Amino acid sequence: MTRLPRWADVVLVPLISLLLAAVISALLILAIGGSPWQAVTTMVDGALGSPYAWGYTLYYATSFLFTGLSVTVAFHAGMFNIGGEGQAQLGGLGVAVMLLYVPWPHWTIALLAAMIGAALFGAVWAAIPAWLQARRGSHIVITTIMFNYIAGALLIYLLVNVMIDPKGGGNPATVFFPETTQLPRFDEIPLLSAIFTKKVPANVSFFVALLACVGVYLLLWQTRLGFQLRAFGKSEPAAVYAGISPYKVIMVSMIISGGLAGLMAINNVMGESSRLINNSAEGAGFIGIAVALMGRNHPFGVFLAAILFGFLYQGGAELGMWTSIPIELRTVVQGLVILFTGALDQMVRMMLGVFFRASGQGA
Amino acid sequence: MDYETLMQIFASTLRLGTPLLLAGLAGLYSERAGIFDIGLEGKMLMAAMSAGAVAALTGSAWLGLAAGIGGSLLFALAHGLASITFRGNQLISGVALNFVASGITVLVAQSLFRQGGRTPALSGAARFNPITLPGAETLGNIPLLGPFYRDVLSGNTALVYIALLAVPVTAWVMYQTRYGLRLRAVGENPASVDTVGVSVTRLRYSAVLVTGVLCGLAGAYMATSLQAGFGREMTAGRGYIALAALIFAKWRPWYVLMATMLFGLLQALSLRADVLERILQFKLPGAALDALPYILTVIVLAGFIGKAVPPRAGGEPYVKER
Repeated sequence: MTRLPRWADVVLVPLISLLLAAVISALLILAIGGSPWQAVTTMVDGALGSPYAWGYTLYYATSFLFTGLSVTVAFHAGMFNIGGEGQAQLGGLGVAVMLLYVPWPHWTIALLAAMIGAALFGAVWAAIPAWLQARRGSHIVITTIMFNYIAGALLIYLLVNVMIDPKGGGNPATVFFPETTQLPRFDEIPLLSAIFTKKVPANVSFFVALLACVGVYLLLWQTRLGFQLRAFGKSEPAAVYAGISPYKVIMVSMIISGGLAGLMAINNVMGESSRLINNSAEGAGFIGIAVALMGRNHPFGVFLAAILFGFLYQGGAELGMWTSIPIELRTVVQGLVILFTGALDQMVRMMLGVFFRASGQGA
Repeated sequence: MDYETLMQIFASTLRLGTPLLLAGLAGLYSERAGIFDIGLEGKMLMAAMSAGAVAALTGSAWLGLAAGIGGSLLFALAHGLASITFRGNQLISGVALNFVASGITVLVAQSLFRQGGRTPALSGAARFNPITLPGAETLGNIPLLGPFYRDVLSGNTALVYIALLAVPVTAWVMYQTRYGLRLRAVGENPASVDTVGVSVTRLRYSAVLVTGVLCGLAGAYMATSLQAGFGREMTAGRGYIALAALIFAKWRPWYVLMATMLFGLLQALSLRADVLERILQFKLPGAALDALPYILTVIVLAGFIGKAVPPRAGGEPYVKER
């Protein structure tokens, strides 16, 4: 098989994968009697057409940045963490515990506390499957999936029986967090407020997510720990021979991964809803898988992919609102992107290989 | 707990264990041939929607079943394409197909029926109806075993008996036929199979397709036997639980029967809060009951089963020597 030039592998493979997913989605829309062109214009208009639309797209992108980085860190250590959804739900619990029971004087301190709570709860929820993998050999993929279901049940129990707002009319949600802990939204931040004139959900968490990107980059490629993670992910026997402890790598990578997934909660729970509601993560944990694969497991790629999925998510919501195409289309697109970038990538490469050979550029 | 309640729980165990059994056996074929399949869940879901939709449109449960198998096979082929032909990551392919199934089932059901992603409630011939086994009433009067025959074994739908029959058939195929020997060999050491001139690709595709058929049965059972119609995400993680049962059973057919019935029993118990409360002497919250099958799956996977050694070539694409 022709080896592709590096730029083609990094840039073209995800793009072609995306194109294939888009074509199949378009056929699907046609099959259920919709108009793909109308779908595209509705999505672009509703997700990118105005600062208001961008406010939503960037809000979703923030969540996906955290969960995409979470999957990325685990991937580099050879772990497939499908538990981001449950870890993000637990992160929400961590945020709620921090903000409901301690009076914080200012949002900056509250944000720090909420980040600690979110990361801690998410990390613990990932640490159990990690320990089971490292010590008992339980398959991490299955246990993390089970932990998603268990997290859902746990959150329902807590929201219905323990943390429920007594005046909420039986709605499984906590009371609103204190006014002082409200994170500034894009329409409240100086300079940005000149662009975002209407109230949007995007908030300062976006910048925390950008910092997390840089942090993950430094961790993976500039530290000894990052080297250990990547070495273990590339070849377990070689890593063990080099004196790297599998137990340590599995635990540390999953704890960081769970912490990142949990951190997502500062965006949706603290920044947007200002209280803990049921199913707060809304599938963002799963989208992290698509984002990581699409972003080729690199923080910069994850950044671009998160924006793309923010667009898909917000655009998909607009579709559900204005057209007869159900909102579930975005789950299909998400699955197709994962399929093409993660499992059928060889097919895409082969297709490209033929092209490169034909044009004589292949080497 | 009286004998009658016990029989009720056993009957419910068999009903709830059947989709797990079918999916577990489905996974067995694929994984024994060296193809990991996380996508049992998605195939079941797809089959449940196809079966529910076609049964509602035609009024025939059997046509529904055929459609269910067809829908599941489509996904099985996609998984085969990704993991056999294009040597992709089998875990990722499975996960991806689960997402596609989760979305597409609602999309199709919604565009066909406009009932919020559900298919219409089925009745009459559109559902599989209970079959009374011969002599159930007379034999039912025999103490101990009689009620078990009458209340548990008898009175199930055809798919339950097909599922039970699939266990000895699978055991026979796996251990008594040439095909089974080759299938197991291709999961342990594909190169050896290749050396004697048998196509690894064809064997693995055949296994993946059998998996598709069995998942089709499992999904159709969900929509046309266990319940009357398809509802979004109706499989609720059963594909993953079946996978856990398969590991618990160490990839052996008869043990799959036992493991899936154990998980079926757990699900049956979680539906009978009153019985559980009497056994445990305290009241469990509803959410704990919902989480119970998943928690127990984790506990089962965490050990007490000795070491589960998967087929050695599992998850690794085979590259033919040139």
